[in-house]
Amino acid sequence: MDKLQVTTEIVDGATVIAPAGDIDMTASPVFRQELRKASDAKVQRLVIDLSKVPYMDSSGLATLVEAMQSARKNKTRLVLCGLTERVRSIFAIAKLETLFTVTATREQALGS
Amino acid sequence: MTQRPEISLQMLSNPLFLSGARELVANVARRMGFTEEACGQMALAVDEALCNVIRHGYSKKPDQPIWLSLSAVGGLASPDSNGESPTEALKIVIEDEARQVDLETIKSRDLDEIRPGGLGVHIIREVMDEVSYEHRSPRGMRLTMIKRRTPAGGGQAQPSTAES
Repeated sequence: MDKLQVTTEIVDGATVIAPAGDIDMTASPVFRQELRKASDAKVQRLVIDLSKVPYMDSSGLATLVEAMQSARKNKTRLVLCGLTERVRSIFAIAKLETLFTVTATREQALGS
Repeated sequence: MTQRPEISLQMLSNPLFLSGARELVANVARRMGFTEEACGQMALAVDEALCNVIRHGYSKKPDQPIWLSLSAVGGLASPDSNGESPTEALKIVIEDEARQVDLETIKSRDLDEIRPGGLGVHIIREVMDEVSYEHRSPRGMRLTMIKRRTPAGGGQAQPSTAES
């Protein structure tokens, strides 16, 4: 997989961050940097679209936990969407499924 | 009995090589007849173990040696048309020359505590059937992990013990 690409856009008033690529120890700092920008901006709604992330390790999970903690502090509504089967399984292994609001699609996340 | 590994790879402690290492493990396991889920779990365990060596053992120095070896327990052949294969398990060994840590301190953390980080050991123990850490002589650590294969091609744990 090539280097992680992260796009950020505003859709229906929500900030949507969409990484594309594996999120491992090499790529997590790039992902964290983009999430911190949204956190610093104290956005009201943040959607993280993981549909183009075929693989994530515990460094990616840690980055998302940090984002969740910042979101709670800033009263940002954070929703994850589009988890692939492999990414979903690491959430289950780490028993973090219930920590996040997760929807199947970006449209559902934007409408939630 | 010491078994010679079927695959032995020396790599540097550079995170750039993580994706290659996990794809190697997943591809080999797939050819041995493990399920896609089990292949992904083994790749994840290897990734987490290598990250721990790089991050904690070598303090992120990117030019230190790591050895990764894979051995088929029970025999090596591609599965037949019924998914049958002599391979009972895949043994994965990761060795380094990093600082030795007290084996008692290598523990999974409490998952009730919601905080980033520290999940690697938990993940390794959760997805592999056997996990053991030991000190190498004269320096470094050795991690041995075993994942058993069900005869019909599954990747779930079996009650029998794989030979190590």
